Amino acid sequence: MVPITTLHYLVVAAALFVLGVIGVLTRRNVVIVLMSIELILNAVNLNLVAFSRIYGLHGQVFAIFVITDAAAEAAVGLGILIAFFRNKETVNMDEVDLLKW
Amino acid sequence: MFFLSHIWIIPLLPAFGAATMFFFGRKLQKSTVNAVCVGAVVIAFLLACGAVWQYSDYARHNPGKPYENILYTWLGSDTGHLTYLKHDGTPAPFQADAGFLLDPLSSIWLLFVTGVGMLIHIYSTGYMAHEGGYYRFFGYLNLFMFSMLTLILGNNYALMFVGWEGVGLCSYLLIGFYFHRKSATDAANKAFIVNRIGDAGFLLGMFTIAWYFGSLRLTEVTELARSGKFSIGDPVITVATLLLFVGACGKSAQLPLYVWLPDAMEGPTPVSALIHAATMVTAGVYMVARSNALFVLAPTSMKTVAIVGTLTAIFAATIALVQNDIKRVLAYSTVSQLGYMFLALGIGAFAAGVFHVFTHAFFKALLFLGSGAVIHSMSGEQDMRNMGDLHRRIPITHWTMFVATLAIAGIFPFAGFFSKDEILWQAWSAEGGAYRFLWLVGYGTALMTAFYMFRLMYLTFHGRPRMSHEVEHHIHESPKSMTVPLVILAFFSLFAGFLGWPHSLGGSNRFEKFLEPVFAKEARVLQTEGESAQLAAGAKEEEHTSGAEHFLMLFSLAAAVAGWGMAWRAYRHADKGYTEPIAAAAPPVYSTLLNKYYVDEAYDYAFTGRRKVGDMRLGVMGAGEASSWIDSNVIDGTVNGAGWITRFSGTLSNWWDKWIIDGVLVNGPAILARLLSYPARLVQWGLVQWYALVMVAGLLGFAFYYAWH
Amino acid sequence: MQPVATTFFFYFLSGLTVIAGVLVITRRNPVHSALALILALLGQAGLYLMLYAPFVAGVQIILYAGGIMVLFLFVIMLVNIEKSQKEEQFNKQWVVGILAAVALGVLFVLVYTKGKSLFPDRVAQLPEQSNTQQIAVMLYGNYMFTFEIASLLLLVAIIGAVVMAKKRI
Repeated sequence: MVPITTLHYLVVAAALFVLGVIGVLTRRNVVIVLMSIELILNAVNLNLVAFSRIYGLHGQVFAIFVITDAAAEAAVGLGILIAFFRNKETVNMDEVDLLKW
Repeated sequence: MFFLSHIWIIPLLPAFGAATMFFFGRKLQKSTVNAVCVGAVVIAFLLACGAVWQYSDYARHNPGKPYENILYTWLGSDTGHLTYLKHDGTPAPFQADAGFLLDPLSSIWLLFVTGVGMLIHIYSTGYMAHEGGYYRFFGYLNLFMFSMLTLILGNNYALMFVGWEGVGLCSYLLIGFYFHRKSATDAANKAFIVNRIGDAGFLLGMFTIAWYFGSLRLTEVTELARSGKFSIGDPVITVATLLLFVGACGKSAQLPLYVWLPDAMEGPTPVSALIHAATMVTAGVYMVARSNALFVLAPTSMKTVAIVGTLTAIFAATIALVQNDIKRVLAYSTVSQLGYMFLALGIGAFAAGVFHVFTHAFFKALLFLGSGAVIHSMSGEQDMRNMGDLHRRIPITHWTMFVATLAIAGIFPFAGFFSKDEILWQAWSAEGGAYRFLWLVGYGTALMTAFYMFRLMYLTFHGRPRMSHEVEHHIHESPKSMTVPLVILAFFSLFAGFLGWPHSLGGSNRFEKFLEPVFAKEARVLQTEGESAQLAAGAKEEEHTSGAEHFLMLFSLAAAVAGWGMAWRAYRHADKGYTEPIAAAAPPVYSTLLNKYYVDEAYDYAFTGRRKVGDMRLGVMGAGEASSWIDSNVIDGTVNGAGWITRFSGTLSNWWDKWIIDGVLVNGPAILARLLSYPARLVQWGLVQWYALVMVAGLLGFAFYYAWH
Repeated sequence: MQPVATTFFFYFLSGLTVIAGVLVITRRNPVHSALALILALLGQAGLYLMLYAPFVAGVQIILYAGGIMVLFLFVIMLVNIEKSQKEEQFNKQWVVGILAAVALGVLFVLVYTKGKSLFPDRVAQLPEQSNTQQIAVMLYGNYMFTFEIASLLLLVAIIGAVVMAKKRI
């Protein structure tokens, strides 16, 4: 077998990333989009931690911060979703077009 | 020294009379009016005689000093804390007192003003007996006496000016006495207004004197002028004296301010006699004589005075040759004789000038009063063309007027001969003959004077009667109240000249001697001015050549007789429709003279602003209107134009700002942005996922770009 | 020197994570997506463990799976799902979206393979202390400032979320 190198982890991270981007660009449901964003962040975290194996602990510390950030962002995003839902009774991204020309 | 110390009563008596007339006159009887007013002047005359008599006593003890009696400080402060700055910056006290000055000069005036005034007051009781406003007339007459006496007795220029203005006012009141006649009120206005022009000159001269000398008191000014501090020809003194002379021209009817005097004949005849013959018109002569110390310091002014006087003399005489109104002839004669007086003053012969004033007062008053008697007897007729052959019907009037005519013509030994001859002699000999040309003009005037006076005599009293039968029946001699003053005046016209009997004929010329203290020092000044031999004030007469004087005397006598002769030939047999010799010889000359050289018309065009060309006034008022037009149209137009330009540039900048700056520079990009936004906004769908897609696409684009390079 | 189980566990865990990711983006029911995400997170935690980062794994499970996902589930419940489940799930741009994302993925892999020589495959020296301790030292030492900022960020997020979700502000 091929030994598992850092590159493998990076590829996995890239795959996760792509999945997350597809989710963001494609799904109509706002909640699913937010979850896709979490996927993207996780991909990034994986990347960081994979490199920290080589270069020291800095990557891990950064990953912690990213998780913290993700938490904050999720909270705020969901808060916005609730506020929006109260107004429009929908969770579809397509119908959030108030800034349309 | 009772009379001297109480000299202030003299002017106050007629003032009292005037005040009584003002408050109570309407209710008083004619006899009461007479008693108050005429009585006031009579007593004033007596007091004046007493004062002059006591003055001569005083003068003996204090040679050369005038008597001054200051009652109180009228203007300013007597403690001297009110000051003004003189020409050299030192402070001078602002002060004018109510004080009286009596010296030889004012004594002479005092005597003949009160004397002739008294006689005219008496005459007026008869003349005005049938007129309305009797009390008003005497009130004004007394007011006039008060003003005139203030003028001559005042010890400073300010008080003199009070009297000056007062006589002007009374002249106005009395000329316009018959106020329901428009010609009378017009004449009164004319007199006052022309007088006022002179008064402006007097005031300015007075202010200059105050500024330059620091005082208005006559004694102080004379002393300062004589002290030698000022050089001869001092420009400020020249200006001051010229301004004073302007005042004298107004008051004493010299060129060019004489135009009021002939029109003043609208007033009653006693007024003409008193004011416009004997007293008021001599005020100018008095003022110049009083200021002689100043005038000798300004040779230019003296020359001006002499030349103006001479020109006036001959100018008026030429007009008098052809006038038909008896009073007009006498009026122009007055102007002419006043010219003689100023001629005398101008060449430095002050005593001779004063002497002529003195004698002229008598015979001119007599002439006017006599003409009044003639008019009275002719039931109001004044035109000589409608008179004639009166000498038998009103003999007293005729003979007294004849005496006066002889006097004015200058026939020996009547009063006028001595005074006029003295002037002519001075004109011939003063300063080595520098004024010979003036003598020539004066000589010609004397010839004309004789002619027109005797013309008057012959037309009025001789020849064939030319009046209507109505008038002829009513001819009568005047009452005693009128004839007695005539006789008294005739007496003086005959004998008053003896006071000035010249040295050349063996007399002592008491008149000149009397005036010595007033004019002596000036004589010395005049002496040092030129290389003269014979002087005005009798200080050095020993050097004159009596031969020349005698010759000249005979020569002037010849002129007088020649004038008489020419008049006798032309008018002795004047019948209805007689011809004037001048009209026959030179008609254009005659009409010019008859129309008084059109001077009044010229003044009307130049100054009154009544004549218009189209819509524009002529003369001085027209110039005023023109400059007002220039100011409101050209200058204000320019100003408005500047304003308009400013507003217009404001409008321009407004337009620029609104359309160019706002429109192009500010709104332009905005409009451009808006135009561009129409297609651009189509990209904004408001869909977040679309934006995300675009972001990714952009990222891809960059990344591939960098990856491939 | 890698034990044999490394390869197996790697492929297992990474396959789990990736398949869970696919499930996340494809489920109709958001609750299913949330559960799939939790699975993905757990798989990821496993991968962290394999990379000798126990602390991060722990944090991942506690925070991410235990906190954020719970939050997600609560919000899903608040929001009316019934209606949305019946609607169209994918938007109009799904084709372009997938294409773009795949292109991105290809780009990444290309970059990695091309630049493989850049990063050495050695392992970093493991220090004496435990992983947590080391991270703590770094966190409170070098990254103190960042730590504080992160706490501030959390404060802001709390306030923001509260304000956003309130019925009446």
